[in-house]
Amino acid sequence: MSEKVLMKGNEAIAEAAIRAGCRHYFGYPITPQTEVAAYMAKRMPKIGGCFLQAESEIAAINMVYGVAGAGKRVMTSSSSPGISLKSEGLSYLAGSDLPAFVVNVQRGGPGLGGIQPSQSDYFQATKGGGHGDYKMIVLAPASVQEMASLTIKGFDLADKYRMTAMILADGTMGQMMEPVELGDVEVKEYDKSWAVTGTKCRRAHNIVNSLSLVPEELEQLNFARYERYKAVEENEVMYESYLMDDAEICVVAFGISARVSKNAINEARKNGIKVGMIRPITLWPFPKAPLLAAAEHCLTFLSVEMNMGQMIEDIELAIRCKRPVQLVNRVGGMIPSPEQVLQAIEEADKGGKAS
Amino acid sequence: MIVFQKPKSLCDVPLHYCPGCTHGIIHRLVAEAIDELGIEGDTIGVAPVGCAVMAYNYFNCDMVEAAHGRAPAVATGIKRADPSKIVFSYQGDGDLASIGTAETVHSATRNENITVIFVNNAIYGMTGGQMAPTTLPGQVTQTSPYGRDVKQCGYPVKISEMLSQLEGPEYIERVAVNNVKNVRAAKKAIKKAFQNQIDGKGFSLIEVISSCPTNWGMSPEKALGWLEENMIPYYPLGVYKDRSAGKEAEAK
Repeated sequence: MSEKVLMKGNEAIAEAAIRAGCRHYFGYPITPQTEVAAYMAKRMPKIGGCFLQAESEIAAINMVYGVAGAGKRVMTSSSSPGISLKSEGLSYLAGSDLPAFVVNVQRGGPGLGGIQPSQSDYFQATKGGGHGDYKMIVLAPASVQEMASLTIKGFDLADKYRMTAMILADGTMGQMMEPVELGDVEVKEYDKSWAVTGTKCRRAHNIVNSLSLVPEELEQLNFARYERYKAVEENEVMYESYLMDDAEICVVAFGISARVSKNAINEARKNGIKVGMIRPITLWPFPKAPLLAAAEHCLTFLSVEMNMGQMIEDIELAIRCKRPVQLVNRVGGMIPSPEQVLQAIEEADKGGKAS
Repeated sequence: MIVFQKPKSLCDVPLHYCPGCTHGIIHRLVAEAIDELGIEGDTIGVAPVGCAVMAYNYFNCDMVEAAHGRAPAVATGIKRADPSKIVFSYQGDGDLASIGTAETVHSATRNENITVIFVNNAIYGMTGGQMAPTTLPGQVTQTSPYGRDVKQCGYPVKISEMLSQLEGPEYIERVAVNNVKNVRAAKKAIKKAFQNQIDGKGFSLIEVISSCPTNWGMSPEKALGWLEENMIPYYPLGVYKDRSAGKEAEAK
């Protein structure tokens, strides 16, 4: 058991990444995630690592591509507009099957938007963002502790499946301080015989590449990649189930929205309303099976999210539209209040009884 | 006695370049430099988007294919991952001087310890002959069908002149591959650009003035003549920066 320390979410990510064996960080300043870069700028030179402030988000993600291609653990972090710029690189990382770790501490959009917390990059993170058919493992922490633990997990998943793992946090998660337990991390070794490390004139040259001009071959590459994605969906779904055993109303929320929802659920339970929550920890792969199972006994689903309704589509698909799903949201940097969520639960409860 | 053979650092595969294209010569010069310096097993190349996109199949060292214009950023990552490796990028004018200008300028100003081979043939070849950032004033291309109008689309980017104004880079030289004398000088420059990296001196960029017979609409021979008469006067050859030799902007 190691000591608990009080840390900001952004700093917890940075420290956890270092403990996970990441020695290369590239980034560009953007609110509200700049603490990650600041932390790396201080720590990396002292541990023989590399912190480099790139000339742009585009350059940063391509530096990530270079280090990943060379077979080392590497990361970048940004916030929504910066992730849009990185999306070209995310597509290339996927096309070249490179492992990388990327953090998005979301802010309100679209465009320059605002600098307050948001969850409006859900589609961008889970559906692609860049061009082409690809997926990223998307992790949604709901505490500073999870900012750290999911960072460590993210590096492992990225290496294991040769793909990008992304932390999809929000400004609240990045900025809030909570006790966090870090401890030593066992850094696992993965086979990276595909990496460009120099042939030493002892093997054929390795090529890291996303170009494939023969359609039959490119099709097979896509098929093979999606076989890996299938394995991720089978093995790596993570979610928290809260008071779901007897629940008649199911709240679905991630990140700060889940924290707020938990308060509302506790309050509703005091009033005898049978409400529970499924909190996706992996947004991709999405916890489809537990949601479908919940549809057996839950009459209503509430999707609590800080966007105009993005995850709600995945919930509807997961439960195959068997039950109504209502959106409970705030946007533009606003966070839903426990009262707003409680009111939605109470209304759902009345509606459920009426029908 | 063998007096001439394929460099070890080139793969034994057919190149896809058009007849008369000078990419073949430049590939050979890079491979010869790598061979002569004995660094083949420790060299990692970065291919661009453009005509040389498939250079990863031609150089017999580890290779990475970068997104359009991002080769210097990718090379930066590879070099930072293992500074003992020799890392070079091979880029055309659209890649390096248009879409990737920021990556070019900033890797130069950081004096990133990499070698950049910049092939300037004043046109976008791969996409079929559009106006490049280095297309000459008045030059006819598919997207400047009445000749490059500088009032409408500005002047060519002179990369060697521009980068030599920065304090960062170690070595900037412009060469050409239109005749034997210039090819020999190009070879010397390219080898020096790799030697600088081995010596830890930092960023070296060799701009190679090159021809594109197909998209210029000329025979290979005529294209080399056009290069000499039109490109070299606009893009003077010479060493633009050699910090170790205390040389700043001394074009011939």
